[in-house]
Amino acid sequence: MLEIKGLHVSVAGKEILRGIDLQIGQGEVHAVMGPNGSGKSTLAQVLAGHPAYEVTAGQVLYQGRDLLGLPAEERAREGIFLAFQYPVEIPGVSVAYFLKAGLNATRKHRGLEELDAMEFLDVLRAKLKFLEIDQAMLQRSLNEGFSGGEKKRHEVLQMAVLEPSLAILDETDSGLDIDSLRVVATAVDHLRAPDRSTIIVTHYQRILNYITPDFVHVLMGGQIVRSGGSELAHELEARGYDWVRGEAAAAGSEVKP
Amino acid sequence: MASPTTGLEVFTDREYKYGFVTDIETDEVPAGLDEDVIRVISAKKNEPQFMLDWRLRAYRYWQKLEKAEAEPKWANVHYPAIDYDGIVYYSAPKKRPTSLEDVDPELLRTFEKLGVPLEERMLLAGVAVDAVFDSVSVATTFKAKLSEAGVIFCSFSDAVQNHPELIQKYLGSVVPYTDNFFAALNAAVFSDGSFCYVPKGVRCPMELSTYFRINAMNTGQFERTLIVADEGSYVSYLEGCTAPMRDTNQLHAAVVELVALDHAQIKYSTVQNWYAGDKEGRGGIFNFVTKRGKCQGDSSKISWTQVETGSAITWKYPSVILQGDNSVGEFYSVALTTNHQQADTGTKMTHIGKNTKSTIVSKGISGVFGQNTYRGLVRIQKGATGARNYSQCDSLLLGDRCGAHTLPYVEVMNDSSQVEHEASTSRISDDQLFYCRQRGISAEDAVSMIVNGFCKEVFRELPMEFAVEAAKLLGVSLEGSVG
Repeated sequence: MLEIKGLHVSVAGKEILRGIDLQIGQGEVHAVMGPNGSGKSTLAQVLAGHPAYEVTAGQVLYQGRDLLGLPAEERAREGIFLAFQYPVEIPGVSVAYFLKAGLNATRKHRGLEELDAMEFLDVLRAKLKFLEIDQAMLQRSLNEGFSGGEKKRHEVLQMAVLEPSLAILDETDSGLDIDSLRVVATAVDHLRAPDRSTIIVTHYQRILNYITPDFVHVLMGGQIVRSGGSELAHELEARGYDWVRGEAAAAGSEVKP
Repeated sequence: MASPTTGLEVFTDREYKYGFVTDIETDEVPAGLDEDVIRVISAKKNEPQFMLDWRLRAYRYWQKLEKAEAEPKWANVHYPAIDYDGIVYYSAPKKRPTSLEDVDPELLRTFEKLGVPLEERMLLAGVAVDAVFDSVSVATTFKAKLSEAGVIFCSFSDAVQNHPELIQKYLGSVVPYTDNFFAALNAAVFSDGSFCYVPKGVRCPMELSTYFRINAMNTGQFERTLIVADEGSYVSYLEGCTAPMRDTNQLHAAVVELVALDHAQIKYSTVQNWYAGDKEGRGGIFNFVTKRGKCQGDSSKISWTQVETGSAITWKYPSVILQGDNSVGEFYSVALTTNHQQADTGTKMTHIGKNTKSTIVSKGISGVFGQNTYRGLVRIQKGATGARNYSQCDSLLLGDRCGAHTLPYVEVMNDSSQVEHEASTSRISDDQLFYCRQRGISAEDAVSMIVNGFCKEVFRELPMEFAVEAAKLLGVSLEGSVG
C-alpha cells in the first residue's frame, strides 16, 4: 500500500526528516508517535504533497506507484486523505459546497458520475449523525468560528465522505475535550476497513484507547527510533519519550534531544 | 494548473480579428466634434427642440472644460490622452458577421462555459441576428406584459419621441451635464440607451434582464439610461451581461440616472465584462461612467450592485443622494482587476434627509499587475440628523505585483449621526490552497472558490440567476491570473 524508503525532507533549507523507512500494508493502522518537533507533522504533510516541503532524498511508493511526482490534488483523488492539525478558514465558502466540490472532483477522476445536491445530501446525512454534527454546520463558512472540537469533527466528516484508501490523521486528538475525543476517535475506529490504511500521528496515547493500532512507531529527530505493536504506546505513556531517547542513544543512533 | 488559455485571452486577438471591419455603411458623420455634428445627431433622431438645446448647452460646457484641460485626473488610473477629435460620434451600425462560423471560436468557447443560450451567443458575438431568429417577437412578449402593468420600458430614442414630457422633467435631474467632464460629453453626443418609468404603486412584474440583453445591443459608446420609479413602485433592473461583448469602441462614457419618489425602490444590478485589453495591457475599453440615483421621496430606496470584471480602465462611482427622510442607499461591489487592468471605483452617499441610512460593501480583487482602488465618500449634511452609514471595504491580493488601495472619505456635519467603517486586505494563503487541493480540488478551482467566497456578501444581493452567472464569470476571468 505505502512504502517509504530513506525519506529525507527539508523545509526552508532545514532538514526535518532524516531517513524514514516505513511500510504500511493494506487495512493496517499505524500510529506515529513522538515528542513535539520530531517531524511527525512534516511526514503527514509531505505524504499529502504540501509544496513547502522539499524531498531531498528517498522514495515513496503508493499502491506501487511513485507518489512524490504527483501534485497534491492528484494524490487526494487517488485516495490519500489528510486530516489537518490546523484546518484553515475559508470565509464565504460553505462546508457543504466545499465537501461536494472535493467529492465530485474525486468521483470524476475515478470515472464516476458527479453527485447533484440531493444525492450529496443523502450521502451526508448518516455521516453527520454518526459524528454528532448538526446539519446547520453545512451552511457555515469553512472552519470559520469553529470550536476546536467542531474543526476536528469536520475533518473526520470529510474523511467519511471521501472514503480514502490511505487516511493520515495529524494530531486529530489535540485540542479536544473528552467528549469530542470519544466521538472523533470512535468515528475513526469505525472507518477502519480492509481496503483502508490509516496513519495516526499523535503526541499522546489517549486516542489509541479507542483505536488499537496494528503498529506503533516512535519518531525522534526525524527518524523512526523504535517500532512495535500496540503495547509500545502504553509503554510510552508510562515511561515517557525520554526512555526511548535514552535507549536510542545507547544503541548509537544519532538522536538529537 | 489547467491549460494556459485564460478567460481574458479570449479577447486577446479580438481587435486584430474584428478591428478592421471597414465595410461601414455610409450613414456616418466625420470624426471630431462641433455644433454641426450635434445638430446632425439630433436631427437624425428627429428630436424635439428641447433636446437639441440641452445637447448644445452640454457641448458648450464640455468645450470649456476641454479647453481648460479639465478632464479629471484625480483617479488612480493611467492611460494615454484621449483624442476626442478622432472619435466618430455618430455612425450607423457596422456590418456584422452573418453566421457563427465567422466568429472567433475562443469567444464561442467562453459563451459555452458561461452557459449563454445559443440565440444570445449570436447576438453577443455581433452576428446579424435579425436574419437568424426573430428577436423582435421575444421583445414583443415582454413589452406586452410590461405595458399591461403600465410600465414604460423602451429605448431612450423612443422615449424622447413618445414620452417627451417625462424626459424633459427628469433628464439631467440627477446627473446634470455640468456634473463632470464625461457627463457633459455624454449629454452632448449620447446616441441611445434605455428609459424606464414605473407608475405609482406598481411592482414591475419581471426583472428587467433578458429583455435588456436584447434591447441593449449596439447602443454605442455614449449610452444614457434613465429610470424613474414613481411613488410606492418597485423595479429591479439588470444591466449588462456576463458574456463578453464584442465592441470596437475604446472610450465608453455612459450616464445612468435613477429617480425614486416616495416609498419607491430601485434595485440596479450590473455585470460588466467588456474587453479588458491583452496580457501586455494593449487595447481594452476605457469605461468612464457616471451613475447616480436620487432618493427624492421619503422612505425611498436605491440599491446598486455591481460586478466589474472587464474593461482596461474602470472609473465609476454609483452614488445615491439621500434626499427624502428615512431613505436608504446601498452599494455592493465586486471589482476584479487582473493583467494590466485598472479600476478606480466606489460610491458617494450624500445624506441630506433625516434618518437616512446607507450601506457600502466593496470587494476588490487584484491579480497579476492589476490595480484596484476603492474611492468613496460618505457625506452627512447638517440637516441629516440621525443618519447612519456602514462601510466595509475588503481587498484580496492574488499576487505580489498587483495593488489594492482604499480611499474612504467621510464628512459628518452633525453630531447625531453614526458612521462605521471597516477595511481589510488579505491574500489567498498557500495553506488555504493546499487545504483545497488536499481534498482533490484543482488549484485553479480552489482560487475561484476562495474568491467567490470572498465576494459572497455581494453576490447574494444579485438576483439568483445573475448571481450564478457572476460566479461563473469570476471563475473564467480568474483563469491564469494566479501563478
